[in-house]
Amino acid sequence: MTELRRTPLAALHERLGGRMVPFAGFSMPVQYTSIVDEHRAAREAAALFDVSHMGQIALAGEAASAYADRLCTRAMSTLAQGRVRYALLCNEAGGVIDDLTVYRTGADSFLLCVNAANTAVDLAWIEKHAGESVTVLDESDETGLLALQGPASATVLAGIGGAALRALRRFQFAHAELAGCTVLASRTGYTGADGFELYCSARDATRLFEALLEAGGAHGLVPAGLGARDTLRLEAALPLYGQELDADTTPLEAGLDRFVELDRDFLGAAAIRRRRDAGFTRTLIGFEVEGRGIARTGYPVLSAGKPVGRVTSGGPSPTLSRAIGLAYVPNELAELGSAIEIEVRGRAIPARVVETPFVSGKTAGRTNS
Amino acid sequence: MAETAIPDDLHYSTQDEWARSEGDRVTVGITDYAQQQLGDIVFVELPAVGSALTRDAAFGVIESVKAVSDLYAPITGEVIAVNDALTARPELVNEDCYGEGWMLVIRPSSDGTAGLLDAAAYAKYVEERL
Repeated sequence: MTELRRTPLAALHERLGGRMVPFAGFSMPVQYTSIVDEHRAAREAAALFDVSHMGQIALAGEAASAYADRLCTRAMSTLAQGRVRYALLCNEAGGVIDDLTVYRTGADSFLLCVNAANTAVDLAWIEKHAGESVTVLDESDETGLLALQGPASATVLAGIGGAALRALRRFQFAHAELAGCTVLASRTGYTGADGFELYCSARDATRLFEALLEAGGAHGLVPAGLGARDTLRLEAALPLYGQELDADTTPLEAGLDRFVELDRDFLGAAAIRRRRDAGFTRTLIGFEVEGRGIARTGYPVLSAGKPVGRVTSGGPSPTLSRAIGLAYVPNELAELGSAIEIEVRGRAIPARVVETPFVSGKTAGRTNS
Repeated sequence: MAETAIPDDLHYSTQDEWARSEGDRVTVGITDYAQQQLGDIVFVELPAVGSALTRDAAFGVIESVKAVSDLYAPITGEVIAVNDALTARPELVNEDCYGEGWMLVIRPSSDGTAGLLDAAAYAKYVEERL
């Protein structure tokens, strides 16, 4: 096994009592005190996550805008400076290479924020298709990334010099000086809560994290780990690469139609159109477990006792106090209200297809991106 | 990590279960160390009264937010009581693992808690893994 990489905040996590686990090749805190408490803080107050393991890839040059259009399932040439767009990178077969957020940092420059586990693959793909007039730069190692999530987030930022950031709308970003650090702050996140993602220099990450903890303590802010990040994103029904999304699955099967502009010719578009026209046989659905038991990732989904799919993400919802999950099922079972079963340790437990996001709020999900 | 409670009057298994002998009854549950390691407990599945347990064999399942773990019998015997309160309130295992978070009462078939660790030996065993 290769040595785990450490984010610029790893020493601080250990000092704060974070329980470190391997994730996407990094040593990351899964929790500090309690996943449930950290989850609740993000829903009711604020929670601070280190997501520096994620990758940042900069595109620059005269042709950057046209190239971003070709790479992404949504047009980026129409993205205004100071705005962020969620999109996908697809392979020639129409499968998903990664999902990402794209920042328009200048007329001829973009910043792509990608999944940690996919950074190397994304980079290879992006470099392979880039023409000579596009510069591709991997900035992951030099970049610290903090996610401040929860309804008190804007108030916490005001305490360290970021009062102006309250004016940012969802999927907008601005530059700011916070606790003496130069930060790119976007009103984005992966929790279904209001919040911000804060990009800084790797060497400033610890100072920024500590300043936020200090300013946020009075507002209920706590440091939070990957455990809460996962339960929060599941409640918001946000897909996770490697679970809902993979190289064989088109974004349409994952229900991400609104982030895919099939009238354009991005990489993979032709294959997605072809596969759509041939018809999909399965759909990603959200379900609630009605019997006693917890559906976990990988558990079989049954219909009338027969296996019809697998749970792609499942677990307890701290907000709803019941077990929820996402799964691919045959189209005929995808209707809201459909009865399915989840096989839990050899027993079929009843479950029902429900609307997603499981936990809704005005900022839950990516509806206004 | 918070201080780990290891009451003197109990016996312990290397699977992090505790056992309390009272006459011919032995009450069992998981230790403070175990509940801390598991984190927030959200589901406990226990055997029915009358089930036969074999020492070191899995008798049930405990689930935290993140993980599913087996529960292992610290002694051999028959289940004579089950803590049904854990169905509705599995978090009792976090809050009071040696009290309200107990799991089963067992009637031992042979030598009771013989062969289990005493508190000092278990404390050492916990320390080795910290």
